[in-house]
Amino acid sequence: MTRNLIVIGAGMASGRMLEHLFETQPGAWNVTLFNAEPRGNYNRLMLSPVLSGDKTYAEIVTHDADWYKAHDVTCRFGEKVLRIDRDAQVVVGENGVVPYDRLVIATGSNPFMIPLPGHDLDGVIPYRDLDDTQTMMALGVRPGARAIVIGGGLLGLEAAAGMKAQGVDVTVIHVMGHLMERQLDEAAGYLLKNALEAKGITVLTGANSTEILGRDGRVCGLLLDDGSEIACDLLVMAVGIRPNVTLAKASGLAVGRGIHVDNAMVTSDAHVLALGECVEHQGAVFGLVAPLYDQAKVAADTLAGKPATFAPKEVATKLKVTGCNLFSAGDFAEGDGREDIVFRDPARGVYKRLVLEGPRLIGAVMYGDTADGAWFHGLIKDHSDVSDMRDTLIFGPTFQGGAPSDPLAAVAALPGDAEICGCNGICKSTIVDAINGGATTLSDVRAQTKASASCGTCTGLVEQVMALTLGDGFEVQTVKPMCPCTPLTHMDVRRLIKSRALKSMAAVMQECGWTTSCGCASCRPALNYYLLCDWPGEYQDDDQSRFVNERMHSNIQKDGTYSVVPRMWGGITTPDELRAIADAADKYAVQTVKVTGGQRIDLLGVKKQDLPDIWADLNAAGMVSGQAYAKGLRTVKTCVGTDHCRFGTQDSTGLGIRMEKALWGSWTPAKVKMAVSGCPRNCAESTCKDVGVICVDSGYVLHIGGAAGLHIQGTEVMCTVKTEDEVLEYTAAVVQLYREEAAYLERMYKWMDNVGLDHIVERVVTDADSRRALADRFHHAQTFMQQDPWAERTKASYRALYAPLADLTLEAAE
Amino acid sequence: MTDWTDIGALTDIPERGARVVKTHLGCVAVFRTADDEVFAIDDACPHKGGPLSEGIVHGRSVTCPLHNMVLRLDSGVAQGADEGAVNTYPVRVEGGRIMLDTARLRRGQVA
Repeated sequence: MTRNLIVIGAGMASGRMLEHLFETQPGAWNVTLFNAEPRGNYNRLMLSPVLSGDKTYAEIVTHDADWYKAHDVTCRFGEKVLRIDRDAQVVVGENGVVPYDRLVIATGSNPFMIPLPGHDLDGVIPYRDLDDTQTMMALGVRPGARAIVIGGGLLGLEAAAGMKAQGVDVTVIHVMGHLMERQLDEAAGYLLKNALEAKGITVLTGANSTEILGRDGRVCGLLLDDGSEIACDLLVMAVGIRPNVTLAKASGLAVGRGIHVDNAMVTSDAHVLALGECVEHQGAVFGLVAPLYDQAKVAADTLAGKPATFAPKEVATKLKVTGCNLFSAGDFAEGDGREDIVFRDPARGVYKRLVLEGPRLIGAVMYGDTADGAWFHGLIKDHSDVSDMRDTLIFGPTFQGGAPSDPLAAVAALPGDAEICGCNGICKSTIVDAINGGATTLSDVRAQTKASASCGTCTGLVEQVMALTLGDGFEVQTVKPMCPCTPLTHMDVRRLIKSRALKSMAAVMQECGWTTSCGCASCRPALNYYLLCDWPGEYQDDDQSRFVNERMHSNIQKDGTYSVVPRMWGGITTPDELRAIADAADKYAVQTVKVTGGQRIDLLGVKKQDLPDIWADLNAAGMVSGQAYAKGLRTVKTCVGTDHCRFGTQDSTGLGIRMEKALWGSWTPAKVKMAVSGCPRNCAESTCKDVGVICVDSGYVLHIGGAAGLHIQGTEVMCTVKTEDEVLEYTAAVVQLYREEAAYLERMYKWMDNVGLDHIVERVVTDADSRRALADRFHHAQTFMQQDPWAERTKASYRALYAPLADLTLEAAE
Repeated sequence: MTDWTDIGALTDIPERGARVVKTHLGCVAVFRTADDEVFAIDDACPHKGGPLSEGIVHGRSVTCPLHNMVLRLDSGVAQGADEGAVNTYPVRVEGGRIMLDTARLRRGQVA
């Protein structure tokens, strides 16, 4: 027999409950749905994307008219419920009386309005529903519009960012010392404030409002207690919510802060249930969606006569503001017996903090890189013992020994509404739908859902969802560990070296849990480079961790002989140098003398024991090592420029020599080749070099990220500068950024692919402070690096290493 | 028959490095590991004859500098998917001096 169910409030919680109900008990209930808003259930969480213009209202509707029709729901939207008569079991609406067998109250919450003088002026609104959103959006249409948001919590900041995206000039007023103090600690709040300010939002923390100022009944500004006034056309109050209990209270139900419910979501009246933001369960009220969905399931079960229990879980918070990745879960107040693990990377704006109590993780705050949020959240919820992985805990699940959890299994276990992409608020089911609709590649998914299309930190998660949905049809591009000695990637290790101030290879291997005693032929050269790059002057270069070419400062040839290439600055040489080279070639019976593509001369076929002598001879003629073997600066190729060429616009040769003199000797992740062409005819082939300069009448066009080896890649233009000095500063900066950020053996173009040209331009071109700092770090490192390796190795102490330890052929000949 | 010959001091070889001993049968690479163990093997990779003494030493293995074949220093056998082996020679350290058994390396000792 069909029974009558009345639901008051068409929000996300009751909507979810109805879905469960229609699924498990189709046709069992005759449902009447009241809603104060003149519309049905939409995804309130997505109001922020609607506000910022990323979505339309139509896109965030959860249940449309067809859905209600298909399930025979009688919709009484926009009709106010006057009262509930529990004795008669009827609900009295403005348009008539409806009887019920069961009643569900889901009246949600009301935004709390601070009763400041002027709070009832026109233009003072909360941020709660679609109407508020539309009011804010309408403001963006007016040029020069100004808005104030009171409240630097989740909702207030989303409102501020959304209005800013609509072109409104926004000021956030927050009474506490840092933003989102309930979810974030001070450090993360600080990073968030910086990020919002970078978007152009003014943020005032520790600011007390005294009065909302009005003119002709409409808001025109806000007065703070320090006497300052801020003008505005709209004032949004987003300081919190209060459960909406008016109706329940009037009908005599037990009410505290919210409507009292038991574990089955039943109120003090057995025929009446309540759920959502209007309830109070065991003293707690609710504001985030996850527990409300749990309540919806329990309420549906209760209505179906099945036993069910609501158990509140830890909830996590993510902010839906593009470009601000933050995540927080659990309790992170400081306290006795609590310990912190903190990771900071100021350059990348990354901050992570874990709070432990005994062996358990009880809180996590992350800013900038929130990829591991779901994992930490799981550890908090499950009260897992984390003592075994405490040392590496902060680096997330990838770095834990063994296989504590299959990442795919963890993703498989996520519910459909689990948010995968924090930037765009995309949940798992949206991605799954897109994949089932034919999206088979990451870029398809990005194009169709925007998931991982903003900051990209959730790319891994999206790929895992794809792997699960497509099965064998999709290959997850897992991050490759550095080598078999460690599960860590190159980037992980670089991060650890910096964050933990690891200054020796032993320290890296110890602290990062290397599985081998002294690494392997892959990781040792990489670590040697990272340490050398990150701790100039402190770390002692380890010859035994270098490939033979770099250890011998010569290129080994297939027969075990070596090649010797002296530097020719900018490709310029002299008769004296050529004579010295010719003499050396004769004296040491050089097999082949070759002119290289880098505008210098290669002497091939030198025996190992002759190396120190030939170097000494070339040194004596004023030449130094060309480092033709190095993961470092090779050559700066030039054309003749204004010295001789009728087309030359600048002194390309002179500039090339200056660049080579400034940059030689530095170690880089992979080889670096440069060129300077005196005019756009580009005779020095600058557009296939790691750094290429093309001179023009008005200055110098700086190109980066070219290659012409295994991979042919034209350069991208980084910027144009006016003077040679600027060329040198920009070049030092971009090389330093590459040195600091790239993985070992990664050529500049590859690194550029990974980090994006925009990032490089931002750090080297746009941000002058950053550029100068990079150039300074480069020049500091150069003070340790610019020593001719030949001159050092011709000293007696080194010479022995080039000779055999013993020669039994002589002994036998005696 | 053994013929222990003093070929130099342990400290003549850098840690995790190697030096060569020239013989009529080609060069022998004498390795010193991070733990000061000493091993002697042919200085020619079974792959393309690369000078193993110039390779990177890790644990009890060396990676050939030419094409990255990894060989065990104690057994002379190639690791991983590669096949091949080099000769190994008895060697020991006495009072800081490296003693190499040169019995098989002397002229005319070839079988």
